[in-house]
Amino acid sequence: MSFDPVFTFGTVIAAALIGLGVSNAMDRSPPRLRMSVAMAELVALTPGSFEHSQPGEFLQKNHPVPAPKAQETIVTPLQIMKYQVTASDYDRCVSDGACKPAESTIVGNVPATGVSFLDAQDYANWLSAKTGETWRLPTDAEWAYAAGERFRADIEGGAGDPSDPARRWLTQYRNEAVLGRKPDPEPRSIGAFGANSKGVADIAGNVWEWTATCYVHATMSSDGSLIAGSIANCGVHVVEGFHRTYMSNFIRDGKSGGCAVGTPPDNLGFRLVHERGGFLQAALRRLGLT
Amino acid sequence: MLTRREALLGSVLTVAAVAAVSSMPAMAAVNDVTGLPREKVTLVAPPFVHAHDQVAKGGPKIVEFTMKIEEKPLVIDADGTQLNAMTYNGSIPGPLMVVHEGDYLELTLINPDTNTLAHNIDFHAATGGLGGGALTLINPGEQVTLRFKATRSGTFVYHCAPGGAMIPWHVVSGMSGAVMVLPRDGLKDEKGKPVRYDRIYYIGESDFYIPRDEQGKFKKYDSAGDNYDDTVKVMRGLVPTHVVFNGKAGSLTGENAMKAKVGETVLIVHSQANRDTRPHLIGGHGDFVWEAGKFANPPAKDMETWFIRGGSAGAALYTFRQPGVYAYVNHNLIEAVELGATAHFTVDGSWDEDLMTQIEAPKAIAS
Repeated sequence: MSFDPVFTFGTVIAAALIGLGVSNAMDRSPPRLRMSVAMAELVALTPGSFEHSQPGEFLQKNHPVPAPKAQETIVTPLQIMKYQVTASDYDRCVSDGACKPAESTIVGNVPATGVSFLDAQDYANWLSAKTGETWRLPTDAEWAYAAGERFRADIEGGAGDPSDPARRWLTQYRNEAVLGRKPDPEPRSIGAFGANSKGVADIAGNVWEWTATCYVHATMSSDGSLIAGSIANCGVHVVEGFHRTYMSNFIRDGKSGGCAVGTPPDNLGFRLVHERGGFLQAALRRLGLT
Repeated sequence: MLTRREALLGSVLTVAAVAAVSSMPAMAAVNDVTGLPREKVTLVAPPFVHAHDQVAKGGPKIVEFTMKIEEKPLVIDADGTQLNAMTYNGSIPGPLMVVHEGDYLELTLINPDTNTLAHNIDFHAATGGLGGGALTLINPGEQVTLRFKATRSGTFVYHCAPGGAMIPWHVVSGMSGAVMVLPRDGLKDEKGKPVRYDRIYYIGESDFYIPRDEQGKFKKYDSAGDNYDDTVKVMRGLVPTHVVFNGKAGSLTGENAMKAKVGETVLIVHSQANRDTRPHLIGGHGDFVWEAGKFANPPAKDMETWFIRGGSAGAALYTFRQPGVYAYVNHNLIEAVELGATAHFTVDGSWDEDLMTQIEAPKAIAS
């Protein structure tokens, strides 16, 4: 297995992944290298701080309250895939026997869809093993940072009225309905939804993305200033896209796996974060440059 | 998979919106129920039902129940086929809860951290909040308490409804049961005359959808989550692999057959949370049957087979008049015999020749 890095400078780093395979021709010609194009372009985001609406469900004095906002800091440059993992990329993992075939049969340069959190994790593990690098799902905060102006968070119902829980349900339902988003199930070629101001493509298109963040039920302190306690359910993870939602780890089809009422994700896919540190060094090492 | 954490998620937290101050007066002010008497009931596993008064004594009260949700593998037929079951209180169906019209049913639902999934409960007997489903969603490691007023009498299904595709999957994994809200003055016949029962049995019918492997054998999965994809595919075909009473083919037969005596009146509550069914007591009848289960309606009389709509519970009252073994079946006989929906009653007493006599035993056809 060879490794062929392609570097573009600036904010975009392109890394060729596992793409080189040796094909043994039937004739006696010497083995030649066949390159399957598998470019995972990365966007490197400079560190920064931002105010982030926290994922999960929050109670204060036993009643639901809007998600609190916390200052999140991305300490080191965040290298995140510019595009979602494609069906072709994912198929390589399937061919290697490391990933379960996706629910979706659409192939090619479209985002891999019909994949669960568990599938996404399998892919990240496989890719990490293949490349000797660390690839992982972004946290909810990292995803939000990369999503920039396209980040929406949960569709909120506002504060709960202790004497009338239905008001919050109706508000949330109407807030969602007024967005008027229509089902849009057919995955498009990568890049079809354009890049945001940070150069990250297809954020909040028609593929929702798995994150590494667990679903929590949190209790706020009585003055609402901090989270007094929370119970995480890591059988359910935060899913990000047009809006933020929460899905059981084994769900592959967001349309049916979603909320009882409201807008379900059209598709479930993912993109990965490249763990900073080992990548350049390892690439250079492979090339014998260090 | 499950982690529990007590964490501060950030040192600087600001609540986005101040709770909107309600300008409306509290319309439906919380009724002061603090003065009401409370009764704590310990639930028992079906087909049995906790002790209860058929005619209410005194005024409305708050009846407290506790159920623990258990995810665990259960064997559902004689071949050892395994369901990654999700259960209320460990049984399929969950226990029958009995209150009277005007009482408050107060349930504490516990989802132990040994479970892996979020659960809730939707009471068809309750009003608003998706039957309570919107107020009871709990992660493993959480518990919740809900109180609702039993405003109408009858037998009503409850089931898990944690959103989207989770709903049918949780239900066909075992998460349903029933509530019986009795009229305060008890059951009445079609003329308004009181009727009483000597025994009560609760039968919960389930349709299961177990995936098969390439050889056609039922597959076994380590956990509920593992079976989800395959199970949903079977579910979408709408053809159950098992239709059973109380969680398992044969669960109410043999040693576990229901018992009665000649002259005893038995109330049979039958629920099906997902799929239509048609109970029939072979060799008996339904003297008074509330097919739809709602006691404000006069019961139908002298029924041979009655129809329980999927998503409902019905009740049939019968006084046994003849001893023997009775089969109680879903009278789609394929479902009864091939898929498992058969239960038995053993009834002791004296045979009534007037009702039935074999005039002549089988013999060669007379020429």
